Amino acid sequence: MEQRKKETIINVRDLNLYYGDKQALFGVDLVIQEKEVTALIGPSGCGKSTFLRTLNRMNDLIDGVKITGDIVIDHENIYKSNDVIKLRTKVGMVFQKPNLFPMSIYDNVAYGPRMQGIKNKKDLNIIVEESLRGAAIWDEVKDRLKTSALGLSGGQQQRVCIARAIAMKPDIILMDEPTSALDPISTLKVEELITNMKEDYTIVIVTHNMQQAARISDKTAFFLNGEVVEYDDTDNIFSTPQDKRTEDYITGRFG
Amino acid sequence: MSIRENFENNLEEVNRKITEMGEQTIVALERAFKALKTQDVEIALKVIEGDTAIDNLEKDINEFAIWLVAKEAPISRDLREIISVLKISTEIERVADFAVNIAKATIKIGNTKSLLEITHLEKMKELSIEMLRKALQSFLDENILLAIEVGDLEDEVDEYSSETYKKLTTYLSDHPEETNQLVQLLFVNRFLERTADHITNIAESTAYLIKGQIYDFNS
Repeated sequence: MEQRKKETIINVRDLNLYYGDKQALFGVDLVIQEKEVTALIGPSGCGKSTFLRTLNRMNDLIDGVKITGDIVIDHENIYKSNDVIKLRTKVGMVFQKPNLFPMSIYDNVAYGPRMQGIKNKKDLNIIVEESLRGAAIWDEVKDRLKTSALGLSGGQQQRVCIARAIAMKPDIILMDEPTSALDPISTLKVEELITNMKEDYTIVIVTHNMQQAARISDKTAFFLNGEVVEYDDTDNIFSTPQDKRTEDYITGRFG
Repeated sequence: MSIRENFENNLEEVNRKITEMGEQTIVALERAFKALKTQDVEIALKVIEGDTAIDNLEKDINEFAIWLVAKEAPISRDLREIISVLKISTEIERVADFAVNIAKATIKIGNTKSLLEITHLEKMKELSIEMLRKALQSFLDENILLAIEVGDLEDEVDEYSSETYKKLTTYLSDHPEETNQLVQLLFVNRFLERTADHITNIAESTAYLIKGQIYDFNS
C-alpha cells in the first residue's frame, strides 16, 4: 500500500455561487486529497452538480453566475487565473450521458491531444491506446478504432468518454452521474474502472446512487440546500453519520 | 409520511416478531422453572413441545431479514437494525433452548425431595427474565441505559452461579446418594448462567444498533 501521505489537491474555501439573485451554494469549504475518490451526494437541486462544475469553471458559460470565495487547485487559485484551457486540461470531465463526437473512436480520443498540437501519428497511436486501456475498453474496441464511436453501446461509449478525458493527462477527473444512463453491468464496469483509476487520478463524482458512493468513494460530502451538511470518510457517512439529515437522506427518509 | 413507509412497516413487523419470540421465551423459562420447582413432568413436556414455535419464529425472522436486505439494500441505521435483528433472534432462540434443557433436567430428576432451596437458581431465573425484558425493551425503545443495566445484572447472575456451584458441590461430597439430582442442578446452574450471557449479547446488539459501535458487556 501507498505509504506517502496524500496531499491536498483541491482546497475550496467559503465558496458562494449565485445564479442571478438566487444563491445556489452557501459558504462551501471542502478539502480534497489527491488520488482519492470523493463522492458528492444529495437530493436534486442541492448544489452538488453546480459545485462540481465550479471545479473546472463550467459555470462560467452560464449568464448571470457570480462566484465568491476561493478554489485552489494544485496551488493555483483557479478564479484568479484566466487560463481556463489549462485548467480544463488539468481537470477533465465526464458527463451523465455519453457525449462522443460523431466521428471514429480513434478520432474521439485523439481529439484533445490533436487540439494541443500533437500531430505525430505514432505519438497519437500511443496516447489513444493508453487512454483506451486506462478506461478498460481497449480490448473491446481495438479492432474497430476507425468505426463510428456512436455505434458502441452506452456503457462502451461512456468508457470511451473516460478515455477521451484521460487522453488529456489530467490530474483530476470530474464525473457528473457517469453511470445514471447505463445498465447495471456497464455501471459495475465503470465503477471498477473508477476504483482502479484512483491510482493515477483524483476523482470527484456526483452520484444519486448511494450504494455506488459507498462502494467506490473514499470521502463523501452530503449537500443540502447549497450547503455541505457533512463531509467525512465514506465509511463513517454510510455507517454512522453524525448529522440526522445525512442519515435521513442516505436511508431514503427524504430527498 | 415517510418516503419509505413500506420499509418502515416491514421493520416494525420484524420488531413485532422479535417481541413475540421474546415473550414466548419468557413463558418457556417461567414454565421450565415451575416444572423444576414442582417436579411436574407434564409442564416440562409442554416446554419441550413449545420450543418448535419459537424455532419457527426465528426462522421467519431470519428469512424476513434476509429478504429485506436483498430488497431494500439498507445502509447505516437501517442496516444495523437488520443485523441486530438477525443476531438477537439467534440469541433468543438459544435462551429458549436453555428452557428446554431445564425441562429435560426436570424429567431426569423425577420425583424426589427437591434440593432447590439450597441453591440460588430461582433468583438466577428471576434475574434472567428481568434481563430479557430489559434487553427487549432496550431494543424496542433504543434505550442504551437499559442495555447497560442488562450487563450489570449479568454480573449478579454470575455471582449467584459461583455460589450455587460451591453449595451444590459441597452438598454432593456430604450426600453422594443425591448425585443424580445434584448433577442435574449443576447443569441447570450452568444453563441459567449461559442464559444470562446470551441475554447480555442481546443488549450488546442493541447497543450496536443505537451507537454504531461494538460493545462488550460480558467483560
